[in-house]
Amino acid sequence: MRRTVFANRWLPYLLVLPQVLVTVVFFFWPAAKSFYLSVFKSPPFGGRDIFVGLDNFTALLTTSDYYDSVVSSFVFAGGVTGLSVVGGLVVAALANQKIRGLTLYRTALLWPYGIAPAIAGIIFLFIFHPAYGILPYFFSFVTAYEFNWLLRGWIAMALVITATAWTHLGYNIAFFLAGLQAIPTSVVEAASVDGAGPVRRFTAIVLPLISPVTFYLVVVNMVFAFFGSFGVIHAVTLGGPGHATEIMVYKLWKDGFIGLDLGSSAAQSVILMAVVIGLTVLQFRFAEKKVTY
Amino acid sequence: MSTLAREDALARPAQMVVAERRRRPFPWGALTVHGLLLVAVAVIAFPLYYAFVISTQEVSEVIQKPPRLLPSAHLVENYYEAWQRSGMGRLLLNSTIVAVGVAVGKISISILSAFAIVYFRFRGRQFVFWMIFVTLMLPIPVRILPTYEVIGNLGWLNTYAGLTVPLMASATATFLFRQFYLTMPNELAEAAQLDGAGPMRFLWSILLPLSWANIAALFVVLFIYGWNEYFWPLLITNTEEMRTVVIGLESLIPRSGTELPTWNYIMAGAMMALLPPVAVILFMQRWFVRGLIESEK
Repeated sequence: MRRTVFANRWLPYLLVLPQVLVTVVFFFWPAAKSFYLSVFKSPPFGGRDIFVGLDNFTALLTTSDYYDSVVSSFVFAGGVTGLSVVGGLVVAALANQKIRGLTLYRTALLWPYGIAPAIAGIIFLFIFHPAYGILPYFFSFVTAYEFNWLLRGWIAMALVITATAWTHLGYNIAFFLAGLQAIPTSVVEAASVDGAGPVRRFTAIVLPLISPVTFYLVVVNMVFAFFGSFGVIHAVTLGGPGHATEIMVYKLWKDGFIGLDLGSSAAQSVILMAVVIGLTVLQFRFAEKKVTY
Repeated sequence: MSTLAREDALARPAQMVVAERRRRPFPWGALTVHGLLLVAVAVIAFPLYYAFVISTQEVSEVIQKPPRLLPSAHLVENYYEAWQRSGMGRLLLNSTIVAVGVAVGKISISILSAFAIVYFRFRGRQFVFWMIFVTLMLPIPVRILPTYEVIGNLGWLNTYAGLTVPLMASATATFLFRQFYLTMPNELAEAAQLDGAGPMRFLWSILLPLSWANIAALFVVLFIYGWNEYFWPLLITNTEEMRTVVIGLESLIPRSGTELPTWNYIMAGAMMALLPPVAVILFMQRWFVRGLIESEK
């Protein structure tokens, strides 16, 4: 179909100008500069940049610190994604049953999405507080194990994962509900007539039909956990104890703005760029293929 | 229809109604689902409830064992104290300016470029489209140092311009409006042209009024995004007057063991910081759900 268009020589350029300006000045130029900085060593207090080739990268990839932050990032992202996608699916499947009050339930389940992960982190910081928190208090009846996130890395990790997943659960519930409601009832009813019980209907019919939504949500939650979770780390654990919760984004900020190691920080930016490009490509490739039907 | 049925039941002898009621099986399934959903709602709401409870207690109640799970009577004084200590008025003002600024800016810029891409044929059209697409792959962390440098060179550190303008480019919003304009019937633009309306008149008088639902939906989602953004305001502000509330709150946390554990003030501050975006979701839920799902397609 041919579209009716307006004829004007300069107007379209004027219309895209604001978007193009913001994109070039704050996206392309800085991204290119990140590449540039990543192959130089910049003295923190001024002076000429020295070209060092891939030294910044090899320095990163040969230190265990960076390796640890990669592992922490994947543990964190995997934990957040697993918890909030699986939790979101279970809750959405319940809410999608033929019951009264669906909109009321949806409202009661969605609102945590409005809470900033950093603020959720502060709330969970108190829930996990070694001296006054309610969680360590209850654990103290069950076990003598010291449930102190300031001393044990895995508890600190559990703290930031829970807080982040809590804020993101509503997002996943909204998408799963939309996906579930798009499934024609006739399909599920047909299975019901054939004698499939509720569990079998769910695993054999519903799950495959919403697999595109699931896949999309896994990617989006990974991106969110990798790139949108600086706040919860900075407000709650500051990467600690030790380096236990020092995810890649946090380390990149710390090395650049506290440690003033610009070359290393830029090299970390470039590595993260590869990660986000990979995830975006994955998302768009599979978005078109719709995974399995 | 339903009133008729009820009258019908009333007209019948009482025993028959009882018998009929007995025949219908008790809805165990629905009851189980309701029960499980209520558990989910309670689990999800508990952290917020707990934060609220703490925000109404005095310090001695906050640290008591076993933890006290009921509200106390110190709500007003705690909120007043948290407001004073954190300079909450200014923090909330800054967050509002940033959230509204980012949302309005993103929507305006995206409408203009989507309009250009759909309703004009010009050199570099594809290129502009791909440029906008690529911003999806450049989140703040991958360009953090140089962007900071650019803001410094512009003299935008500690300014509202610095807090909002760099966040305004938006691939998702542009795609959403592009997608929406592509579904508009061709006759709309044809008729406008026949009537002698220019492109800007067409955009203003015809397209915009048709776009309000999309604009409202996007606004809710972007307002929440702007309000909750943490990394960017932390970087480019270093004065208390320019802090947004999600960052300013951290200053209330007692980090060293020598400080009083004034978690009641922190929770009061947290409640004030999270109330505006949560209220926006609750009161504009329809738009919010639509905005989430539409903008991610």
